[in-house]
Formats: sequence, structure tokens, C-alpha cells
Amino acid sequence: MAKHETPLLDELTKGPWPSFVDDIKQEAARRHENKDGVEYQIPEDVCDDLLGVLELSYKDKETHWKHGGIVGVFGYGGGVIGRYCDSPQQFPGVAHFHTVRVNHPSGKWYTTDYLRKLIDIWDMRGSGLTNMHGSTGDLVWLGTFTEQLEEIFYELTHNMETDLGGSGSNLRTPADCMGMSRCEYACYDTHALCYALTQEYQDELHRPAFPYKFKFKFDGCPNGCVASIARADMSFIGTWKDDIKIDQDAVKAYVGGELKPNAGAHASRDWGKFDIEEEVINRCPTNCMSWDGSKLTIDNSECYRCMHCINTMPRALRIGDERGASILCGAKAPILDGAQMSSLLVPFVPVEDPFDEVKEVIENIWDWWMEEGKNRERLGETMKRMGFQKLLEVTGTKADARHVQYPRENPYIFWKSEDVPGGFERDIQDFRSRHQR
Amino acid sequence: MAFVSSGYNPDKPMENRITDIGPQNYQNFLPPVIKNNYGKWLYHEILEPGVLMHKAESGDEVYTIRVGTARLMSVGLIREILDIADAHCDGYVRWTTRNNVEFILDSKDKVEPLKKDLEGRKFPGGSNKFPIGGTGASVPNVVHTQGWVHCHTPATDASGPVKALMDEFYSEFQSMELPAPIRLAVACCLNMCGACHCSDIAVVGIHRKPPLIDHEVLDDICEIPLAVASCPTAAIRPSKVEVNGKEKKTVAIKEERCMFCGNCYTMCAALPLADAEGDGCAIMVGGKVSNRISNPKFSKVVAAYVPNEPPRWPTLVQTIRKIVDAYKQDAKKYERIGDWAERIGWERFFEKTGLEFTEHLIDDFRDPAYYSWRQTTNFKW
Repeated sequence: MAKHETPLLDELTKGPWPSFVDDIKQEAARRHENKDGVEYQIPEDVCDDLLGVLELSYKDKETHWKHGGIVGVFGYGGGVIGRYCDSPQQFPGVAHFHTVRVNHPSGKWYTTDYLRKLIDIWDMRGSGLTNMHGSTGDLVWLGTFTEQLEEIFYELTHNMETDLGGSGSNLRTPADCMGMSRCEYACYDTHALCYALTQEYQDELHRPAFPYKFKFKFDGCPNGCVASIARADMSFIGTWKDDIKIDQDAVKAYVGGELKPNAGAHASRDWGKFDIEEEVINRCPTNCMSWDGSKLTIDNSECYRCMHCINTMPRALRIGDERGASILCGAKAPILDGAQMSSLLVPFVPVEDPFDEVKEVIENIWDWWMEEGKNRERLGETMKRMGFQKLLEVTGTKADARHVQYPRENPYIFWKSEDVPGGFERDIQDFRSRHQR
Repeated sequence: MAFVSSGYNPDKPMENRITDIGPQNYQNFLPPVIKNNYGKWLYHEILEPGVLMHKAESGDEVYTIRVGTARLMSVGLIREILDIADAHCDGYVRWTTRNNVEFILDSKDKVEPLKKDLEGRKFPGGSNKFPIGGTGASVPNVVHTQGWVHCHTPATDASGPVKALMDEFYSEFQSMELPAPIRLAVACCLNMCGACHCSDIAVVGIHRKPPLIDHEVLDDICEIPLAVASCPTAAIRPSKVEVNGKEKKTVAIKEERCMFCGNCYTMCAALPLADAEGDGCAIMVGGKVSNRISNPKFSKVVAAYVPNEPPRWPTLVQTIRKIVDAYKQDAKKYERIGDWAERIGWERFFEKTGLEFTEHLIDDFRDPAYYSWRQTTNFKW
């Protein structure tokens, strides 16, 4: 017999998609049964009470979590999101319901042995509920009491060699796409860079020293499988500088119908026979491709590497060999002054261990933004307030037409005094000697 | 519930403390076939919805079965995933950037037994534990947020609307019949944690009433200048009120300038604004992050408000169904929703989807709003 009646939530056990309600109910039942004899360190009925408070929210159509919550572990300024229920007498199992962010491995690869041991800690010391994973990448442990935080952290670091993720005004947990682990489009080793920078900047991740949050994300190519261009203050997106490699026999196999376009991504619907002119040549955004009936050619100097032709004919077309990444800056959600995607700063940077060229760009940006950024101002907003030119200056980057979508349309142009002959120091009397008042 | 120490000594908190070790190295977790062919992949194929094959230079093949999850999951369910991975995948498993699980197999003959195993697993209410799909031109998993399960600023729930949406679009998850993938996202407030500003279709929780002001405690629990600075439209100013005969420092809010973003509540606990009748969802469409053909795009608001209707949000789901059906019928192959809407024109988007265009959809936020109006005679009747 469930502790609370949940008629509204029970509706969400129906339908084909995995039901979080049934999953939580099963976890509640599993805790009551406790066939492994776990010494639960927070209330056994935490899952029942979570369903209870959620049912109340479904009835009231308002959240029942109190504002904020400041908890954590000694030595760190972040990693745990404190949360308290606003009806603790009714739902004592979730009176405290803090979230612990656990830093996930790059690419979210796991061995079952590691993950099993990891969640055993959570089973005993938390609610047994998780998010796999948080939007930023962390493995999210959903719901525990304050007294357990140090115990969890001790077990994580001593027994699992695993650290907390980030929260607050600091470097948040970096995340990446699958990169070279299982993708032929990867232009650099996203896992290696993500792991190296996460380790390099542990201090910046655990102890907030920034004006506001700061995120890194690493995409192996412009397809953006970890959405770095939209979801990271610094976005590292793989690219290449030389020619797309063409296998003409494989192109013919696509035209002949032996190979399925886009690796079969549209296979559930009849789109007709593959038409290379219609589906590739005419869709190329720069019109740099041609097909003469037997040979595909690409004017690579005009290609902007959007990935469409490669995505459509992955067995015939491959990324070039001179590989690296573009660095773009400033993405953020709307609050405060509007959403931003990242803007191109470094068109091409080599990405090789120990990644010094990448680190130099990062640290130059941090030196500037940590000094000049206002309280709770994302990098993208600092860029808007102080100008893109300032970002170029602090990173030692020469302005380039690639830095703009189009040149400015207004003539409100700033000049530096030293760039104008004679400078800004002028004498009104001298002016009057030529122009009477 | 006897307390069990981990070994941590609260009397000497800094003793034996390990810090700054970061995550474990990913190399500890790569299956052998992945490690052996790292960076040496030739091509891939989508064999059927939810099943991928990657071919390496060595000739090795790796098969991937992708399954949907609710993202919010119990350790009991994770253990079930781990048992499956032990039985079929030599003890390796991974999660995707859209919170699906991927089972990796090193030979083709392991695919059918695993599929059969996964398809048979259901929750008591009948929902599938591990539905296979989410590849190619499909509706993959919904990137979403905490909602009423854990957050203090939401204007809607996340897990509930996502379940209702994915039940509706289940056949699109399990097939590849769309012109291009439709990426769905749900964020329960305007902070837009996740991907709402850059998704094909996004649901964003919104408020429609200004905050209440808890004058009695505001100055005790808030930094007033932070609350003032948190407002994008400068609706908040410092103020004084008399409470029980005592003068208190507080804030005043110009209601006609407030657009209910809730950012002041984020900064100040004395400014709550959640409201059962006021709150609901806005629907945005046309965003993308990839650079394929067209540049990345922001999503645009096409429905300013649909009510919160727990537990299954029928108006929300049916409005999005209309968008998906119109797109499915009208868009060209490879066209994302934003590409389609821009090609046919937004006036045609509203006609084809049957969505009502209201004044709320016209941008009025600062200088950039002008650029969203129509400075041309090029429009369709």
C-alpha cells in the first residue's frame, strides 16, 4: 500500500514511453522490501514522499520546494544543490532533498562494475533517485540530507576516485560528444581535450572565483552533438583545413542505389530514388559542388564545411586530414539580456596534447572577464557590453572578416587617439584662427 | 536507520580529505572494440530505427542499440541496465547527450538477442522500460529539466509534460519517417536550462503575474541591489514600506514593466510568483545547433501561452502534434523545422499549422526587436 494516494501521477504510468512514476514507485517498494539489508541513511520512505509532494504540485499547479538552499562540502564552494520541501511535516522524507553533482566520465562511457559501486553509495546514503544525466553532463544524484554530504564525498573520493561536478559562479562540469570513440567525423580527440581541461582547471571548477558561471563543451565536428555552440561560454568545434576526401566508386554506389543516403536516416518513408543533384549538389549552401554523371567534384576553397554532403554520403566523403578546432565564445540562455549562440573567435587552432594553444586562449579570456565582468554577467554579455574588439585585444587576435556575419551597418566607429594623426589633443584657439565664432 | 560512517571524521574535517581529482579517466571505461579502433572509424549505417553499425579501418564492426529513458531514474532501474550490459555487452554501457542509453555490441549476432531482451521489459503500468529508437530522422529523447520534482523557480513541470509528449510521439521515436530529426526540449522556466533556445520544438514554462512582495522579511533575506539589478526591464526599484508600524526597506515593482521572467525571485526569496492559473507554457519552434546547410538558429515563440493541465497537458501535446504533422507533410527532405518555416515564410507556417498569431509573438525587447519586424513588401497573402 503506497504511503500517499497519487491519482494524477498514476495517469502517467499509462502509455508506451518509460514512466518515471512507475520507476519511482518501484524504487519506493524496493526500499521498503530492502532485500539486501542496506542500512539506509535517509528516510526509507523518501521516494513515497517525493511522489506525495509531486502529486500535491500536480494538484496545486505550483512547486513545493523552498527557495534556494546553501549546502556543500568543506574545501569546495559548489557541487551540491541544496533543496528543502515547503511542507516538511506532511512529507518528512523529503524535508531535505539536496542534489549532488558527480563528475561523469567523458562521453558518458561506463563499466558496469564502476557504475554499480557508484550507485551502491547512493542507494545507502541518498534517495536512490538520479538524473542520468544533468543537462551540463553531470551524473545527478537527486535527494539526500545534509548530514550525508561529507559521507558521500568521502566515499566518492576515497573509494571511487571520483569527484564532484561544478555549481555556482565557476567553471561548470565540461562535457563532450563521442568524438573519436565511435564517430568517423571527429576532427580532434574531444574526450582527451575534455578530460585534460577538466583536470587542468579543477580549482576553477570547485571554488567559485568568477563573476558568473562558465561552461566548456567540445564538439568533434560542426554537427554539434553536444550543442556546444548554444550551451557553452566557450565552444570548441572540430574542423579541417584541407580537402574533403572523395571515394568516387562509393559516390557511384550512392547514385546507383547500393548505398543508402544519410546512412539510412530516412528509411521509414519513401522519398524516391536518391538524387545526388537534388539532395546534395543543389543543397550545398556555397554551391561549390558539381556532378557530371560520373564524377563528383568539390571546390574546397569555397566549402564552408557544413557537413551536409558528408552526412548524406558518409561512405563516399570524409573529413580532411589537416584537423583542429574552431573556438567560439559567449553562448548563453536568455536571462538577462537575451539568448546568445557562441561567436567565432579563433577559426582554427590545432588540438594536440598538452593543448597549450587552447589553454592560452582560455586563460586570456578568463584574465579579462574575471577583472571586467560585472556581478552575474556571462561572458557573452561582457562581450556585448565591451565590444567584440575587446575580446580580440585580450586574446591577441587580429581582426578577420571571418569574425563577422556581415560588417557593421552603422557608422558609429570608435578610433583610438594614437591611430589618428595628431591625436585627440586639440586647441580651440587654433581652430578659431581658421574659423571665426 | 543507524548512522554508518564512511570514515569521515567530523571532528577533523580537513584530515584525509581528497580534493580536485576530477572525473575518472574515460579510458578506463571504453569497451575493447572501441579502444582498439579509437579515431579509426570509416563509416556508419543506421540498420533500423535505434540500431547503428560503425565500421573501422581494421574491419571491426561495432553495433549500437539506442534506447529511450525517462532521464529521472532509480538505482533499481540502473542496476537492471547494468545487468543487461553484463549479459550482452561484456560489462560496458554508455549514455548519450540526449539521455538515451546505448548498448554497444562487437558482433552482429548479438543484436537480435539483445533487442528481444529489451523489448520484453515493461513497467507495471505497461510502459516500456527500454524502447528502441531515436536514430535518424526521428523524434529522439526530450532534453528537459527538474520541474516540480526538484526546482524552486519552475512555472511548469518537466517530467510530466515530457512523458505526455513522448507517449504522443512514440511512433516517431521508433521510426525514421520525418524530413529531418525533430529535437524537443522542455524547460520549466525562462532560465532555459538545457536546449530550449536552440531546439526544433521547445516548451518553456512561463508566468503571467508579477511577483508577490513579502515586505515583512525582504530586507532580512535579500540583497536589495541584486534584486534591482536582476530585472531585464528595470521594473524594480528600492523602496520603503511601513509594516506593523515599523519602517522597512523593501522593493517596489512597476507592474506594467514586469514581464514575469522570475529572475528577481531567483535572486530574492521574498519575491515569489508561482501561480496556478497564471502559469503555463510557451511553445517555441525552429531552433537548431548543427551547421548543416543553414547556420544554427534560435527557436521562435509561436504560442505565447498554453495552460498547465496536469497530469497529461493535452492542449500542449495537441498543439505540438499540429506543428509536427504540418511539418511532416510539407517540408522537403533534410529540412529542419526552422529551415522549412523560413522557406515558406512564417505567415505560411501559422496557416499550415493552424496556430493563432497573437500580438504576444511580436518582439518588443530592446533594440534588436526591430530586426524581427518585416522591413519589406515581400510577404504572402
